[in-house]
Amino acid sequence: MTEESETMVWFKRVKEGINTPTEEKKETPEGLWYQCGKCAKVVTSEEHKSTHWVCSGCGYHERINSKEYFHILFDDNKYIEIAPNMTSGDPLKFTDTKKYIDRVADSIKKTGENDAASAAHGKIDGLDAVVVAMNFNFIGGSMGSVVGEKISRAIDHCLKYKKPLIIISKSGGARMMEAAFSLMQMAKTSAKLTLLAKAKLPYISLMTDPTTGGVTASFAMLGDVNIAEPGALIGFAGPRVVKETIKKDLPKGFQTAEFVLDQGFLDFIVERKDLKAKIAQTIKLFQN
Amino acid sequence: MITFLEFEKPLAELYEQLEKTKEIEVISGIDATPTIREFEKKIEETRKELYSNLTPWQKVLVSRHPERPYTLAYIDGMCDKGSFIELHGDRNVKDDKALVGGLASIDGESVMVIGHQKGINTKMRQYRNFGMPNPEGYRKALRLMKMAEKFDIPVICLIDTPGAYPGLEAEERGQGEAIARNLFEMTQLNVPVLCFIIGEGASGGALGIGVGDVVYMLEHAWYSVISPENCSTILWRSWDFKEKAAESMKLTADDMFKNKLIDGIIKEPIGGAHFKPEEAIHNVREAIVGSLKKLKKIKPEKRILQRIEKFSAMGVVVEK
Repeated sequence: MTEESETMVWFKRVKEGINTPTEEKKETPEGLWYQCGKCAKVVTSEEHKSTHWVCSGCGYHERINSKEYFHILFDDNKYIEIAPNMTSGDPLKFTDTKKYIDRVADSIKKTGENDAASAAHGKIDGLDAVVVAMNFNFIGGSMGSVVGEKISRAIDHCLKYKKPLIIISKSGGARMMEAAFSLMQMAKTSAKLTLLAKAKLPYISLMTDPTTGGVTASFAMLGDVNIAEPGALIGFAGPRVVKETIKKDLPKGFQTAEFVLDQGFLDFIVERKDLKAKIAQTIKLFQN
Repeated sequence: MITFLEFEKPLAELYEQLEKTKEIEVISGIDATPTIREFEKKIEETRKELYSNLTPWQKVLVSRHPERPYTLAYIDGMCDKGSFIELHGDRNVKDDKALVGGLASIDGESVMVIGHQKGINTKMRQYRNFGMPNPEGYRKALRLMKMAEKFDIPVICLIDTPGAYPGLEAEERGQGEAIARNLFEMTQLNVPVLCFIIGEGASGGALGIGVGDVVYMLEHAWYSVISPENCSTILWRSWDFKEKAAESMKLTADDMFKNKLIDGIIKEPIGGAHFKPEEAIHNVREAIVGSLKKLKKIKPEKRILQRIEKFSAMGVVVEK
């Protein structure tokens, strides 16, 4: 018997300390790994992408932006963007702690997106469709004139080519720096949706984490079919505001997609891995 | 007892002096008529000066004046005497006291009037939930609008709310869906829809009954996506920038008209709608009669298309 087993030590360090010389250390490229914000599970970014940015450990749906949704939905990741170069004007010459135009310019630089929504047309399981998806990383996915106009143009495309519409909402609500212009985007998008309805073209609204404020109180809740990703926060007033109003703690699960489904405002909840198939199936059934 | 707003301090002082003069007249028995006339003249001049140079924030204060006329006062003042029948309930959950509506007539013609209602005293303010509707309020409004459509009766909406109520039950019952549904349905109502912002036009709670063929604002009303206080809290992280926020947001009737987000402005009496309510109410009535005459001449399909086109044109984008 060896000395180790006698003292019940299973492993023994032969040399003390870290002995790898600095020049032999391997650098890990930035963004090669993804750690889940919920359960802390670590996977490679490649693996994370293959699960549609959903944690394989706990099923947490990471917040993703328009590019990723286009990748998930459109066949072979092939699509044509509608008005990709559209950017925000500054109708009110708004300045808070920072000039609005600078805020927009910085966000464009930071995100590589031109505003909080992107629109595109392509094929989903062989079916023609138009998708508008929001970019939460762009000023909190807030709705200003560009978001309204993108949806408006997307609807024009649907009307012209008789295509169904899918809007993927992910927004903190109104863009305050556009004040009343932002508010009127609610009326604008809802008004345009009446044209889509009149033309009997299906509209599927997918609510993702988070969908709140003026987005909830306009196009997000107006789908022929309203669906959501699991666990998404969906509401009109944000949870903090509701809590301040009632001066009590909020019940567990309040304003989650599951709660909203239970209250009767969603048709179903869909996991991202099933999203494309479910949307295609729904469109097929509508188109009969 | 007159309620003076913070910027009306010069007025308050003049009134105080006037009262004192009147008291002295009684006690001393000396005729003070010339002095009293002088004060009254000064009061009128001061009021005129103050109200012709209101800052955006001061307008917000005027729009919230506790004696400002609310929806029921308008209905009482502008509809034919005794013609109003209030209709309650959304036929689903309950009757929302913060949003009222019913049938009435103006110049003998039937109208459906719907509006936010604030309370006129402390007790009633609570009863009316400070003019903040729950989803059932918006659903009652929609029920009444659809009924008006059925009987070919024009819809008049009077808007005056600090916002839709952000409560727990409001969320449970789908505040967002209720407002969204109204925007969608109001767009395609085939009767004329006339909207008036008579006081506060705060956010989705205001817009929820605000999609119309014509949208008018009273001179000292405000209309925007959020209150200046909350805008200040969010963007400047402090309540102290509310005046600056009110300015930046361009929420006054003048700015809203310049930005083509409303169709017109209705004059208020000097001193604001609360000073001479009957005059403000009369002006709204005139606008209703005038607009209805024009709108009734347009075919419903065309009216709806124009409504859609008007709202679709709102927004400023840049395309390279």
